[in-house]
Amino acid sequence: MERSVIIAGFGGQGVILAGKILAQAGMNHGLEVTWMPSYGPEMRGGTANCTIVLSDEPVGSPIVDEATGLIAMNIPSLDKFESSVSEGGTIVVNRSLIERKVDRSDVTARYVNINDIARDEVGNPRAINMVALGAYVKATGSVPLDVVMETMAQAMRESGKDKFIDMNSAALEAGYNAA
Amino acid sequence: MGERLLLRGNEVIAEAAIRAGCQCYFAYPITPQAELLEHLAHHMPRLGRTFVQAESEIAAVSMVFGAAGAGVRAMTSSSSPGISLKQEGISYLAGAHLPAVIVNVVRGGPGLGNIAPSQCDYFQATKGGGHGDYRLIVLGPSTVPEAGELTMLAFDLADQYRIPVMILADGLLGQMMEPVELPDPVDPESLPAKDWATTGAAGRDPNIVLSFDMDPNDLKRANLELQAKYRTITENEVRYEEMDTEDADIVIAAYGTIARISKSVVRMARKEGIKVGLFRPITLWPFPYEPLKALSEKAKTVLTVEMSAGQMWEDVRLAVAERAETPFYGEMGGIVPTPRAILSEVKKHVR
Repeated sequence: MERSVIIAGFGGQGVILAGKILAQAGMNHGLEVTWMPSYGPEMRGGTANCTIVLSDEPVGSPIVDEATGLIAMNIPSLDKFESSVSEGGTIVVNRSLIERKVDRSDVTARYVNINDIARDEVGNPRAINMVALGAYVKATGSVPLDVVMETMAQAMRESGKDKFIDMNSAALEAGYNAA
Repeated sequence: MGERLLLRGNEVIAEAAIRAGCQCYFAYPITPQAELLEHLAHHMPRLGRTFVQAESEIAAVSMVFGAAGAGVRAMTSSSSPGISLKQEGISYLAGAHLPAVIVNVVRGGPGLGNIAPSQCDYFQATKGGGHGDYRLIVLGPSTVPEAGELTMLAFDLADQYRIPVMILADGLLGQMMEPVELPDPVDPESLPAKDWATTGAAGRDPNIVLSFDMDPNDLKRANLELQAKYRTITENEVRYEEMDTEDADIVIAAYGTIARISKSVVRMARKEGIKVGLFRPITLWPFPYEPLKALSEKAKTVLTVEMSAGQMWEDVRLAVAERAETPFYGEMGGIVPTPRAILSEVKKHVR
């Protein structure tokens, strides 16, 4: 089985890191994975996105015609990638910043107040990427939450950011519970 | 081999160079290969090895000439416009029979182009981007782990044949991450001695490393030596991969990033009952003409797919000649064709 997800948002919303942690978690869970970033001028202040493929077979193409999942952190991301989700796929919509509904009826939409949850429940507005990731793994079951949590903690330890582990764990859990 | 790590292609090439015993690395930064330089900037000095961010690409490749001439494993890397600047030095390395590794993480061209993935430097890499009758061994990795394996191989082939070896990657392979088990480090002490190197002439006659000879007869002999070496390499070092070619009516010929995307295409096509296979050159020079020729005896169509206007396509047509149809599908400017785009090209040739 092959799953793919596009994580898209403003530069600075942490979508690239969220994608890395999902890919790493997939690998730690025994899956074959690829992580492909958008790189270039959009990385600096504009929109940013990355595509992650998770599979139980070696991954051929790291780019996909249609992803089985989308995390849309802002309106431009939903506008750009809504049509890139396969039939039966899952879209996590950041309702804090996106007022509209998903236009399609052949996908599952999960509306999550990502910014509100990060600010009010987690206590850190910058935790939005982990709230979103928690919501995505709940909605799709692609990687177990505890594997994602351990992977995140490992990534924080390796980059000397141990102090963010508890906050990010709370964010993953809050996102998971909200989806 | 150790644990599985999730790393970028650029990082894996850099780390493989370290493990291959690269003692000296010289380069000038450029996107999309900056992480390669960053990795080596971080690690080489800690290992007591040499990292120099040169003042220009030409300076960097000239430093490689000096280090390689002194007998140590040396590497430079860049992306397309930077590799163009290095061509003079690459020709000098070839003319002086110097082993060196050059990495090109190709981006959109021509000119300053852009920073998106492309395969538009195939001609430059395989047909001689600089002056003179010379060749490089050119290796085209298709996955992140293979980028590491081929970097290790590049250093060995360079030493074995005293030839510059190019890793021809692209921006996507450089930027993407994939699980990789890094190869074990080579013990530099285990490598064969280089008795031709300029290591100080104490107790022996001086060695001379240069690519200059004013006497036409002598320069002719030097050229014949190069050509003899290239024939040996052509006989011994052709590498390629085939996937599902046994009963294929249509064979996709592709290398690098496009080859791995084409593996998805083969799987999709087979599910629809279309007999498609993949032929993937790993050595772009020497090009696997004979194996592809053999395939073209059976297949009806050999479809070349590249991120270029059709460069490897010329080698495919040389190999296939009139034995099969040889259509082409390419994207330029940094556009990466998706599996579905390639599949729809394949379907145009189903009979």
